[in-house]
Amino acid sequence: MTTFSAAEAVLDQVVRLEKVESADQKRARLSTGSLVVAAGLLLLGLSFGAGQIAHFAMSNAFDEVQLPTFAVPAGPAVLISAVLCLAAGVGLISGRLSPAWRRAAGVVAGTSFLFGFLSWAAATSALPFPVSNQLSGTVATATPLILGALAGVIGERAGVVNVAIEGQFLNAAFAAGIVGSITKSIPAALVAAVLTAVATAALLALFAIKYLMDQVVLGVVINLLASGLTGFLFDQLVQPQSRVLNSAPTMQPIPLGPLANIPFLGPILFNQTILVYLAVLSVAVVWVLLFKTRWGLRVRAVGEHPKAADTVGISVVAVRWQAVLVGGIFAGLGGAFFTVGSTGSFAKDLTVGNGFIALAALIMGRWHPIWAALMALFFGFVTQMASQLQTLSTPVPSEFLLLLPYIATIVAVAGLIGRSRAPAADGTPYIK
Amino acid sequence: MSSTTSRPAFLAYLSQYWREWAITGAAMVLALLLGAILMVVADPEVSANFAYLFTAPQLALGGAWAKVAGAYSALVAGAVGSPEALAHTSAKAAPLICAGLGVGLGFRAGLFNIGAQGQAIMGSIVAAYIGFTFQLPYGLHLLVAIIGGVAAGALWGGVVGWLKAKTGAHEVIVTIMMNYIAAGLLAWLLTTAAFMRPGRMDPISPEVQPTSALPGIYQQFHLGFLVAILAAAAVWWLLERSTTGFAIRAVGLNPNAAATAGMSVAATTTITMTFAGALAGLAGVQAALGPSANGVPVPLTVGLVGTVGFDAITVALLGRSRPLGIVLAGLLFGGLSAGGLAMQSVAQTPLTLTMVLQALVVLFVAAPALVQTLVPILKERKSKKVAMAGGEA
Repeated sequence: MTTFSAAEAVLDQVVRLEKVESADQKRARLSTGSLVVAAGLLLLGLSFGAGQIAHFAMSNAFDEVQLPTFAVPAGPAVLISAVLCLAAGVGLISGRLSPAWRRAAGVVAGTSFLFGFLSWAAATSALPFPVSNQLSGTVATATPLILGALAGVIGERAGVVNVAIEGQFLNAAFAAGIVGSITKSIPAALVAAVLTAVATAALLALFAIKYLMDQVVLGVVINLLASGLTGFLFDQLVQPQSRVLNSAPTMQPIPLGPLANIPFLGPILFNQTILVYLAVLSVAVVWVLLFKTRWGLRVRAVGEHPKAADTVGISVVAVRWQAVLVGGIFAGLGGAFFTVGSTGSFAKDLTVGNGFIALAALIMGRWHPIWAALMALFFGFVTQMASQLQTLSTPVPSEFLLLLPYIATIVAVAGLIGRSRAPAADGTPYIK
Repeated sequence: MSSTTSRPAFLAYLSQYWREWAITGAAMVLALLLGAILMVVADPEVSANFAYLFTAPQLALGGAWAKVAGAYSALVAGAVGSPEALAHTSAKAAPLICAGLGVGLGFRAGLFNIGAQGQAIMGSIVAAYIGFTFQLPYGLHLLVAIIGGVAAGALWGGVVGWLKAKTGAHEVIVTIMMNYIAAGLLAWLLTTAAFMRPGRMDPISPEVQPTSALPGIYQQFHLGFLVAILAAAAVWWLLERSTTGFAIRAVGLNPNAAATAGMSVAATTTITMTFAGALAGLAGVQAALGPSANGVPVPLTVGLVGTVGFDAITVALLGRSRPLGIVLAGLLFGGLSAGGLAMQSVAQTPLTLTMVLQALVVLFVAAPALVQTLVPILKERKSKKVAMAGGEA
């Protein structure tokens, strides 16, 4: 050791540990920071035109326990939010924040922007902004998105891209509607939905794994097939006798005992339909499956490095088939939401792109079940907010409000998330 | 495949070439067969007769035959059965070819452009706006409207390419979102004074001026179809003869190798998406300015472009992302669309059946191994590994 000490002494002088920022990191820092600053400037502009008082109602008119309606002076509230947002943005741009502070700055920016925007919007209307409705609506809207994103997570972790979530939704919704109408039973409808989505997943697996078809293309074709098939059967069979075939029962909220009576949180979290509880449970199940079981390790192995997995004796084809089919179960539950989970009747293309939104949530959530579920909640929140603000008749045209979730996605994907890394073998068929 | 020009190699190439065609043909036959089964199963009156399949087979099979033959003959007659039908097919094919070229161009650069729908909507908005607002002489007006629509599509596509190049935003997500934004923008514009038809409360624009309509040649066969063919030729030149096209193909085949060779992947991505958007925008222009059955263009409404952007994906796939293939695929699906309308009115078979046929054709074409299993004649004699270009896209 002593022989090296002289060299080490020299090295100690020359080498100074300095963190070097990669070009990608720098771009991400600048784009995120300037985005937050832009949001702050927007709020600053709004604060000058803000109305007098913004009302936030904490409970619905029919809730048993009535919570107060908060009145917030809109001008100062928006101004404070703007300042907080700007401060967070400047902090992010400077690049001098530790990771923990960076996360905190992000949270501050997001919360203050939402609060400021909502204060501004609520102040333009005499009606209070229904906070409780907003949150319970968020949970309901996000349910199919969470389930769809989970379906994608499992398949893509195994290396099979799933653009066909929309088609799985549509087929499952159709099956749930028909079976529900005939049997008048929700469980039967759910089973039918799951079986149909698993069958659709089998089609995906067959062409992706056995016939090595390009998987994004395959997804688009399966979506088209689902749209055509359900549309044709709807026109030909269901429409002429819609009283028999298109009047499924709908799910009722199930209060979870005393938990449902908690003021504010109770109605939001513990008085929902069975699908909502299933969705929350599914997030946990998928997380455990992927990260805590042997099977999950195999799934991730064939998605990252199939050749290595094959070398140690894992059947890549079998694991991929299993993963895609298991994903189908969740997609089926999500699809059932659109018929038995809402009005009980099927209409052509009634999933209106929710499968694609689920796909976006899964990519924004970086192929992780919990993050994907959070992203789905974010979508649910923005969608619900847009429809709430519509009823408040804000100065923003309602057509624009409906675009909010899509614009928010682009901003999030381009400004905040940036390059997300897919499983290494995602979309690549395995040929031995 | 060997690159030598020896006689056996040439013969092998020829047989490979014919096999590709044969597989496409077999895919269509298989799709039609499955469609026939679907029609019979979904019609309670016809399928009920199958209970007597063994006691009175003529009842079951005859009924099924009548149903299927009636629908398919109406489909064929509506697509190619008369000069009017052919003109209708060409009108339906023109926007499909343009948007299909856009999607195919993206494929060649390794980009998945799901956004042709939004790009076409933007093209139709601007073309229609110029068409019903401006007062310009014949020729110039049409030219300005086409350029405006194409530019709008190019912008809508270019933004996606630029975001992908600058921030790495996944083009599939961004194009999907841009589709919704374009559709929402159109819905909003149709409620504004600039776009609403005076005296109407529903979302419909004024009719475009005759000076800006694409002139008809025979019935619905109009100048736009020739424009679409020209666009295909231009894309062929771009891809096969220009430096930009070489970069597009290189980036599509291997971005790392292209970057190492000194090409800018970011610039190529932006350029490709701009061109793709321009082509899809041209499809929107066709929808806004092409004559309908009564000889004048349909005014701008929410559903004016239909689902051209999504159909374009199947067109590009079936055409294997090559300009000539896309023209043929566009004609096929244009015929399916024109014939489907006839099938719906003559044979009372829902139009949605054509969507099923379209999806099945593409599915079979993209999985040649499946077709070869179902139709063993198409299998290769030698037990070489089949390296078909089908799923490459």
